[in-house]
Amino acid sequence: MLSPVILVTAALNGLLTGAVYALVALGLTLIYGVLHIINFAHGALLTAAMFAAFFAHRLLGIDPYVAAIVLTPLFFALGYALQRLIIGPAAHGDDRNILLVTLGLAVVIENALLFAFRGDTRTLNLAYAFDVVDLGFAFLPLPRVVAFAVVLAVALVLWLVLSLTDTGKAIRAVAKEKLGAELAGIDVAHIYAVTFGLGTACLAVAACVLLPTYYVNPHVGNAFVLVAFTVVVLGGMGSIPGALAGGLFIGVVESFCGLYLGESLGQIGIFLMFILVLLVRPNGLFGARA
Amino acid sequence: MSTGSVRLTRRRLLQASALGAAAAAGTVAAPNLLRAQGAVKLGVLHPVSGALSYSGQQGRLGATLAIDEINAAGGIKALGGAKFEPVLGDAQSTPEGGNAEVEKMNAAGVAAVVGGYGSSICLAASQTAARYDLPYLVDVGVADNIVTRGLKNTFRFGPGFGVIAKTALDNLVTINDQAGKPAKTVMIVHEDSLFGSGLAKLLNAQLPERGFQVLETISHPTPTRDFNNVALKIRAQNPDLVIPANYYNEYVLLARTMQQQRVHPKGIYSVLGGAASSYKFVKEFPEAAQYIMDCNHWFDPRNPKAVALRKKVEDSGQFYTYEVFMNYSCVLLLADALERAGSADRGKIIAALESSTFAGHVMPYGVTKFVNGQNEGAAPVNTQVLDNDIQVIFPKTFANAKAVFPVPRA
Repeated sequence: MLSPVILVTAALNGLLTGAVYALVALGLTLIYGVLHIINFAHGALLTAAMFAAFFAHRLLGIDPYVAAIVLTPLFFALGYALQRLIIGPAAHGDDRNILLVTLGLAVVIENALLFAFRGDTRTLNLAYAFDVVDLGFAFLPLPRVVAFAVVLAVALVLWLVLSLTDTGKAIRAVAKEKLGAELAGIDVAHIYAVTFGLGTACLAVAACVLLPTYYVNPHVGNAFVLVAFTVVVLGGMGSIPGALAGGLFIGVVESFCGLYLGESLGQIGIFLMFILVLLVRPNGLFGARA
Repeated sequence: MSTGSVRLTRRRLLQASALGAAAAAGTVAAPNLLRAQGAVKLGVLHPVSGALSYSGQQGRLGATLAIDEINAAGGIKALGGAKFEPVLGDAQSTPEGGNAEVEKMNAAGVAAVVGGYGSSICLAASQTAARYDLPYLVDVGVADNIVTRGLKNTFRFGPGFGVIAKTALDNLVTINDQAGKPAKTVMIVHEDSLFGSGLAKLLNAQLPERGFQVLETISHPTPTRDFNNVALKIRAQNPDLVIPANYYNEYVLLARTMQQQRVHPKGIYSVLGGAASSYKFVKEFPEAAQYIMDCNHWFDPRNPKAVALRKKVEDSGQFYTYEVFMNYSCVLLLADALERAGSADRGKIIAALESSTFAGHVMPYGVTKFVNGQNEGAAPVNTQVLDNDIQVIFPKTFANAKAVFPVPRA
């Protein structure tokens, strides 16, 4: 019933949206892969990053893309400190405790934001927000094309860091065999914190590329994290290529569901996919056998 | 410590002498004196945070402007010059939020509640108010069942859905006929709460009867931050007319996305379009807003009071949106009811509203006449965005411009 041009454009729109899901999922899957915890504070930290980027523009006039340069190291430091000073010590070596600590952090961060900024939905009004890339048959929103490119770049950098640097090798060693890594002289607490920092830094980038076309309110992160969980499960827990492919795929699923079932039901497809993957392939597309 | 004890003694002294209080303490004593006369507490309920926060804040602005004017002019004369004391409430853009605020307002002892804005908020909040026989004056909420539930306490000053939709459709047919019937097909884009869904249902029933074919009806949640797929679908179906029924943020986004995706129907015609009759939209995105037609609440451009209010609002750096003048008028209506009731008693206020013939508002309504809570004098007008301004194109008695349809192609 719909012409191929529409379907291709919808698929492209989906890929662009999916890239941001992938970036949020990257942080989540990295932390899971190394620390073996599900970071419930991920959504709240994304919200915090979006507020930071929003006010950087509103108060200081810094463009979100420029703010990313400042916010990414800042959120790396924040993530590092959170793991080193709060989550790590509070866990007392028990993974179940970490789960509760991150959940607690999420509640604290979200409510602090709600208290400070109220429940208002805010948007930035940027000159380029509605610029398009003309493909001849479709007009792609420029900020989302930028977001797509940034996500690919971040995934590449992350992959290079993990495979080429000493820290990356240490991260992989801790992920595979914590005790062995510790015996080889790797500071596990430090590597944990670095990993958490990297995951949080991903959120800062995601926040900055989202803001030109998205809104921010104290609960905005939750919508992304639910989707990111699905992406992580779909791609395989702890897998970076899995998160990227899963994110793009979920974006397309959402776009087509929106097209065929209506915008109100757009996200239904995502969660059907979540249940389906859990039933049929619980380790995900790229996941190792548990 | 020593200054504290001095102040304490002075306060005691002032309490002993009313004359001394008035003369020496001035501002400190004044609020107490007013309270002694009995201020009339008025619940001012709007969704000032959440998805509807812009409209809610505009509504609150209108209500407080009227309250300030009434207070400055000597308050409610029938109550010995009692001043309005607004009890501001935030419905947080949800029915539950509205309910909670009405409970608080009732506990605070308000004489009446004005506002609500969103239909679903008005429905819930007025129902809660009904439990306490608390008069509830709906400012905007247009869902027909707000006034068909038999609630004695609930009044709506503005027109309801049915009247607006009928007027909108009649005027659409007239505009289309005058242009030589260029429009035959329609697509409806609506938000999925009571307002948008109800309107979409009604349009789906009525448009075919008037010779229009509805190609597709698309619903979306509030808030929505991406209309690319919707714009795609519109382009695929290529309707002559697009009818959006959503709130401000989504309306603006849809219009801008259509412009971005080069989707150019022969006209965008909205019924109660969230942004179509908004100076904010016209000023910020003149290209996206150009030629959009709307059937909506609007002020009477011939009424000097309405024009003066516009100047006052715009001079303070705000936009003169319909929420402002609707709420402004509602508070004036309530003040009139209080004057005639001669009491802040809730039952007497309800009786006074039932018999209201108030005409001192700024709307193109004529004399107020409530039938089962609905103001029968209320009516919408048609507007169109022309040359970076909003002009009235229907009815003829108020019109200051002619409709431009179909949209000229650049």
